Amino acid sequence: MEVDAIIRIEHLSKTFAPLGKNDKEQCVLNDINLDIAKGEFHVFLGWSGCGKSTLLNIIAGFEKKSSGQIIVNGESIKGPGRERGVVFQNADAAIFPWSTVWKNVEYGLRIRRMPKPQRDEIVKRCIDLVGLNSHENKYPDELSGGMKQRVQIARSIANDSEILIMDEPFGALDAQTRRLMQNEVINIWEKTGKTILFVTHDINEAVYLGRKISIISRAPKATIIETIEVEAAYPRKLDNPRLAGIIRKIQGFFDSEYNI
Amino acid sequence: MPNVKKDIFHLLTKKGIVTLGLLLLIWQTAAMFNSPDFLPNPLQTLKGGWEIIRNGVLFNYVFISFMRIFVGWSIGIMLAIPVGLLIGQFVIVREIFEPFINFFRFVPAIGFLTLFLMWFGVEEESKIAIIVYATVFPVIINTIAGVAGISVIKLQVAQSQGASPFQIFCTVTVPASVPYIFTGVRLGLSGAIVSIVAAEMLAAQSGIGYLIYTSRLYFRTDWIFIGILTLGLSGYFSDRLLRFFGRTLLRRYGVK
Ligand SMILES: Nc1ncnc2c1ncn2[C@@H]1O[C@H](COP(=O)(O)OP(=O)(O)OP(=O)(O)O)[C@@H](O)[C@H]1O
Ligand SMILES: [Mg+2]
Repeated sequence: MEVDAIIRIEHLSKTFAPLGKNDKEQCVLNDINLDIAKGEFHVFLGWSGCGKSTLLNIIAGFEKKSSGQIIVNGESIKGPGRERGVVFQNADAAIFPWSTVWKNVEYGLRIRRMPKPQRDEIVKRCIDLVGLNSHENKYPDELSGGMKQRVQIARSIANDSEILIMDEPFGALDAQTRRLMQNEVINIWEKTGKTILFVTHDINEAVYLGRKISIISRAPKATIIETIEVEAAYPRKLDNPRLAGIIRKIQGFFDSEYNI
Repeated sequence: MPNVKKDIFHLLTKKGIVTLGLLLLIWQTAAMFNSPDFLPNPLQTLKGGWEIIRNGVLFNYVFISFMRIFVGWSIGIMLAIPVGLLIGQFVIVREIFEPFINFFRFVPAIGFLTLFLMWFGVEEESKIAIIVYATVFPVIINTIAGVAGISVIKLQVAQSQGASPFQIFCTVTVPASVPYIFTGVRLGLSGAIVSIVAAEMLAAQSGIGYLIYTSRLYFRTDWIFIGILTLGLSGYFSDRLLRFFGRTLLRRYGVK
C-alpha cells in the first residue's frame, strides 16, 4: 500500500436491496481494494453495467456503501465533500441553466462567501484554464456539449477540489470534440496536479488518458481484476507499439472475463 | 396565383379572423329570429356597450374587478409559494398538510362565499378572501410538483460544491421550481377571475360580475353580452401579459 494515498478504498462492497417482491438483492461491487496516489490520473475501465458509476457515486458520497471503507486524506468519508469535485456525464442536468458560465463557475465560492475580489480572480483564472474566456456571460443553452463539460471542470477547479471525479464525461460528445476534450483534461491535469478519477468503457480512451488503469470485472460482484500502469508521455499515440500492446492485453482480460 | 390565395386564407385563419367572422355571422343570423331582449344582434350590443363605455361604468367596473383580483391574487401567491416549497421539501410538512389540501382543493372558492361574508363582512375583504382562496391551491400544488421534479443531479452538484441543505434549498430548489410556480400563478389567475365574477354576481354592488347579473333586471341583454365579452377579453389579455412577463423576465429559469 502506498503511503501518500489521497484515496484509500478498503474492502468496499455494495449490495442493492431488492427492488420488488420478485427481485433478489444485487451484489454489484465485491471487495474492492485500491490506493490512489495524490496527483494520479486513475482510469476505471469496465463494460457497461459492471458497476463503475456505482463505485464513483460511492466515492463521491452520493451513494451509501454496504461495507468497507473509503478514506480520503486520512478520513473516512461521510457524504459528498468539496475536496471531491464531480464532473457529471449529463452536463445539461449538471449546470444551472439560470446562471451564466461565470456564475456557474463561481457557485462554490459564493456558497463559501468568499470576498468578491478574490472570487473574481479565481473564476477568471479557471475560465481561462479551460479555454472559456469570452464566453463568461453566456447561458448554458448557448453552449456546445464540449463547452458545458469545460464549465463543469472549471467549477470543480475553482472550488479547489483536490480530486476530480469524472463518470464518462465525454460519452455524449462527437469523436473530434471528444479527442479535443481528452487533450484538454490532460493539459489541465498537468497544469494543476489534481487527482483525477475517470470512468470509461472505452479501452482506447482509457489508454489514451490513464496513468493507472483499473480493470473492473463483470457484474454482479464486480471487483478490480488488475490495475496496470501506463508510463507514456502525453500526448499519446495509440499506434505506438507499446500502447498497442497494452490495448491488446486489456482486450485479453475482457475476452477471458466475458468468454468471447 | 392559387398559392397566394391559399396563403392569405391561411393568414386569416391563423389570426383568428375567420373564426371571428363566423361567430359574428352565426350571432347575427340567430339574432334575426329573436327579439333584442332575448338576443341582441352584434350592432345593438355594440351600441349598448358604447353607452356604458361613454358614461364610464364599464371601465369603472373592470377596474374594480381587476383591483380585487390583483390584490387577492398577489396575497394568494405570496402565501402559497412558501407553503408549496415547504411541503415539497419536508416530508413531515407534506404529511401534515397534504390531506387538507387534497380536501379543500375540491371545494370551489364560491362555496365559501356565505362564510366569508359572515367572517370578513360584505365589503371588499370577503371578495379578496375568495380570490386568495382560489389562487392558493393551484400555486401550492404546482410548486410542490416543481420541488418534486428537481433533478437529483442538480442537488448532487450543490452538495459536492459544499452547499448546506439550506443553501441548496435557496440556490437550487427555489430557482429550479420557478417554471412550475409560474404555471401555478397562471392557473391561479384564471381561477381568480372565475371566482370574482361569481362572487360579484351574488354579493357586490360593482364589478363585471355585478354588471352581468343586474343587467337582466333592466332587460339590458346587450350589457350582459358586453360583460361576457369584457370578461373573456380581459382574461385573455391579462394571461397574455402575464406570459409575456414570464417569458422575458423568467426565461432563464425555463419559463416558456
Ligand atoms: N439504485 C439501484 N438499485 C438497484 N440496482 C442498481 C441501482 N443502481 C445501479 N444498479 C445496478 O448496478 C449495476 C451497475 O450499475 P452502474 O450504473 O454502476 O454500471 P456502470 O458500469 O456505470 O454502467 P454504464 O457503463 O452503463 O454506465 C447494474 O446492474 C444496475 O442495474
Ligand atoms: Mg455508468
